[in-house]
Amino acid sequence: MRNENSSYQDGAFFQRDRAWHPPAFTPDYKTSVLRSPRNALLSLGNTISEMTGPVFGHDMLGPLDNDLIRNFATTGDPIGPRTIVYGRVLDENARPVAGALVEFWQANAGGRYRHKKETYLAAIDPNFGGCGRTITDEEGRYWFRTIKPGAYPWPNGVNDWRPAHIHFSIFGHAFAQRLITQMYFEGDPMIWQCPIVQSIPSREAVETLVAALDREASLPMDTLAYKFDIVLRGRRSTMFENRKEGN
Amino acid sequence: MVQKLGRLRESPSQTAGPYVHIGTNPNFIGINGVYAADLGSEPVPAAVKGERIVVTGHVIDGGGNLLKDALIEIWQADADGLYPGRGEHRGTADPAFTGWARQPVDGVTGLYRFETIKPGSAPYFDGRPMAPHITFWVVARGINIGLHTRLYFEDEETANAADPVLGRIEHRGRIPTLIATRSVESGVPTYTFDIHLQGEKETIFFDI
Repeated sequence: MRNENSSYQDGAFFQRDRAWHPPAFTPDYKTSVLRSPRNALLSLGNTISEMTGPVFGHDMLGPLDNDLIRNFATTGDPIGPRTIVYGRVLDENARPVAGALVEFWQANAGGRYRHKKETYLAAIDPNFGGCGRTITDEEGRYWFRTIKPGAYPWPNGVNDWRPAHIHFSIFGHAFAQRLITQMYFEGDPMIWQCPIVQSIPSREAVETLVAALDREASLPMDTLAYKFDIVLRGRRSTMFENRKEGN
Repeated sequence: MVQKLGRLRESPSQTAGPYVHIGTNPNFIGINGVYAADLGSEPVPAAVKGERIVVTGHVIDGGGNLLKDALIEIWQADADGLYPGRGEHRGTADPAFTGWARQPVDGVTGLYRFETIKPGSAPYFDGRPMAPHITFWVVARGINIGLHTRLYFEDEETANAADPVLGRIEHRGRIPTLIATRSVESGVPTYTFDIHLQGEKETIFFDI
């Protein structure tokens, strides 16, 4: 087993490429207008406050936490396309991030979220909650089973619809790696019409959020599979660092 | 031909959206029975050493409106300034303390509230002590990439004056946006820390 304290993993994190990420102010996504800072971010070299992070043990997981088909069901399976989502959490050095907590949430097959502030007229599915979580194995792998979410209208432009998507929240090994993002599905034409997707400046970056249909991983007569790899910030080796003991 | 570096690119961030609670705090919005409790909402165990404090406040947009759908995570050292969890090699932090917590703002009042302990001092990368602080991470609908900031304590005036991070802030007039004000509520030291996303009182956010 890899020693997570070994020197190559101890250095500072590569800086975030904020021209690759969406900027804060993206006026076509209207809510960002009043919720984006106007001042520049203050650059802060990694200190121990950013290079450390919480640990979540596999013992916190329930047996159905990564099975959205069953973890809320009471009277039968939810309605909709049965779907496996799997992949790996890697860092920018292409090394697996083991022990990463991955949380996900989504609407049901009709695009309806189970949330008290949600008012879309599509029906709630009595057997679908929409939340799940898992922890990556020693190779950084994760997987879960769910229903493919539907597209969803939202009050932004007069006729804006979100593409089918699953939200992801990922904890790496340090708070500097904390990330929330969204996964989209290969071939969905609405990906390229969405102001939230378009908050990301480059098409190349958007494509890294589009999960590939994987027929080989699909279960015949049962469940389709999509592959979605997630990349967290990588870090320098300590041999490049020039820091005092204690950090 | 030049050798390729062979690195991957970080997955780009996207907003957490208005329904982030489904994934992070399902019990808070009435999705019960999937998880026993919302992760990060557990009280600090009695065995944890340190002074009990409350940290509370609002998240406010550029129009002065309170956010009702924000989610806040905090990460902090224990009472001795050691971080629980990965990446701490100076010693072993208080084993009863997780150092991490997560709370949504109230859907009606917009108030957030953490019951935690006051952290000790941890070193800057050159070894100088940093003043006690709590790292904040804020996500919400309309925030495309999570915002990092730090809470410092009003009653740590001497330590704050020597803090290497606060010391390198060029716009000195903005430093108070990182200092939580102290009061005592029901006998418990309570620090109020409002986060202004935009405008005149805009909080300092960090690129970490």
